[in-house]
Amino acid sequence: MNQVTIKRRGVSGDGVYKGLLASAAALLFIVVGLIVYEVVRGAELSVRTIGWQFLIQTEWDPVADKYGALPYIYGTLVSSLLALIMAVPLGIGSAVFLAEIASRRVGSIVSFVMEILAAIPSIVYGIWGFFVLAPFLRAVVEPWLIANFGFLPLFSGSPFGIGMLNAGIILAIMIVPTIVSISREVLLATPPTLREASLALGATRAEAIGVTLDAARPGILGAIILALGRALGETMAVTMVIGNSNRISLSLLDPGATMSSIIANEFTEATGALYLSALIQIALVLFAVTIVVNALARLLLYFATGGRRDAAGAA
Amino acid sequence: MIRFNQKFAILALAVIMAFGGSPACAAPVKLTGAGATFPYPLYSKWFDMYHEKTGVQINYQSIGSGGGIQQVKSGTVDFGASDAALSDAKLKEMPRRVLHFPTVAGAVVVSYNLPSVTQPLKLAPATVVGIYMGKIKMWNDKSIAATNPGVELPNSPILPVHRSDGSGTTNIFVTYLSAVSTEWKELVGANTSVSWPVGIGGKGNEGVAGLVGQTPGAIGYMELAYAKQNKFAVAHIQNSSGNFVEPSLASTTAAAEGASAALAKDVRTPIVNSPAPNAYPISGLTFLLIYQDQKDPAKAKALADFIRWAITEGQTVAEGLDYARLPAPVVKVNEATLMSLTVSGKRVLAGK
Repeated sequence: MNQVTIKRRGVSGDGVYKGLLASAAALLFIVVGLIVYEVVRGAELSVRTIGWQFLIQTEWDPVADKYGALPYIYGTLVSSLLALIMAVPLGIGSAVFLAEIASRRVGSIVSFVMEILAAIPSIVYGIWGFFVLAPFLRAVVEPWLIANFGFLPLFSGSPFGIGMLNAGIILAIMIVPTIVSISREVLLATPPTLREASLALGATRAEAIGVTLDAARPGILGAIILALGRALGETMAVTMVIGNSNRISLSLLDPGATMSSIIANEFTEATGALYLSALIQIALVLFAVTIVVNALARLLLYFATGGRRDAAGAA
Repeated sequence: MIRFNQKFAILALAVIMAFGGSPACAAPVKLTGAGATFPYPLYSKWFDMYHEKTGVQINYQSIGSGGGIQQVKSGTVDFGASDAALSDAKLKEMPRRVLHFPTVAGAVVVSYNLPSVTQPLKLAPATVVGIYMGKIKMWNDKSIAATNPGVELPNSPILPVHRSDGSGTTNIFVTYLSAVSTEWKELVGANTSVSWPVGIGGKGNEGVAGLVGQTPGAIGYMELAYAKQNKFAVAHIQNSSGNFVEPSLASTTAAAEGASAALAKDVRTPIVNSPAPNAYPISGLTFLLIYQDQKDPAKAKALADFIRWAITEGQTVAEGLDYARLPAPVVKVNEATLMSLTVSGKRVLAGK
């Protein structure tokens, strides 16, 4: 008799516990599902009217009710790529220093500062980029780039201080802390025997670090994916420093625009039905681009590690 | 207990009599509105003053003109506010007839950053169009020199700055450019956002002001108040009578006054390029939008009373906040529009 009672109580308690956890997980799916549903519904008019042309048209003209998203897709991808080019070497370099070379004390102080950097609201980065970085780029960096590398289409044009380069730098500063803190954790989590063994075999210190880095590769790639995700979606800081022009230009000194910046700029004052729908379709495209980039990055991760999952778990 | 209740009732009655005014206002009316950000500082001051005066509570969300129009359309607010009048097409999309009440006028000024030029530049309409078309590229261009004899213009490139976010300020500026140039009208047109041929975009008035302030050679348009706060040089713009006019509250009111005959016919007519000789040409009105036939009598009465107050007594605080007051003829137009306000077909205000 006793046994039965205990058993029953156990079953119902487990059931409630399971149910709670399952509904928490399900809620996540429901929220994402609702977001997709709402965005698809809002973009329906634009998808029906403009169709696939939306992705390759370069003209964005609310007066003529013509909408093409290519300049914004280009701007999002280029500014994020630029940020990665600057942030990845810097981030991995700092992480190696903190994990392998610096003393524990210095390491923890620097990572504390890094975490503060990660907690700064993006609008603050935007204001800094606008009032501090832009005048510096305009007066010093960009004239130098034009004088020395002006023959490259990448660095042609006039020094405005505001533009793709500024946006890339701001994004790089914003994503460095993510790369550093995760990579450092992953490096610290690699077994010390790896390093000791390579040193014992006569490897130099740099070679030993290379072995550790190789072991930590999945986790570091994970950190980069996370950072890329932040760069793709970053809105406010980019809007303030990118110059907001809907023309595609090869030059990094020219103004551009991203998918999130055009939504932030024009959503509140968009009055026409098609105009509003086109902006929502941009959100849909941004959603799709984020998923595609993440999938590609995961694929890369899979091939880079040969399906190894151990250290990636740390990320 | 009974005595306490009686006391309480007397007290309550006294409170109602003190604050309620007429018996119809026994429960204070609450109105909600949404829309334009440009007049928000003035509107919030008005709503405070009006609340103190009458007890009517008005909640306003400055979510942008576009959002305001959407909320009027879906009927979730008692009034909307927009910096641009509704086009014929947009009026047709509305479920019922919508009335426009201009509340205040504003000027859009053209500021520039030329440290070497000390006296205000004078710009002809064709020059402003040329700069924003990308045809006039240098500050020492012939067309700028022609209207500024004796001014040493630098041989430096012009950086045109525009708003990146959709805004009523942009709408006034490009409506003006469309009014003075058929080329602009055909190639670019007028809206809260347009496809700019050249230049870089700053977010908000503060974004444009920031870019103009820190970039030598930049030129940008912004609301009068921002140029004043930043102590920027502002261009005197040639109006339709040929005079170069400094943007000011008085010359903006003059623009509305000069356009009052057209406003009497259709209050939505843009007041840019006004025919008055002392008018600043890049001016615009901001509007309250309400349905002509209201559903709730108490709310309709409160709305009508508020608008009547705002266009008369309310105007006195406008200039302190850098808004240009409505000229008398436009106040008259508003009063006539107010008389057409109805509740289920019955007039809200007693006729004269």
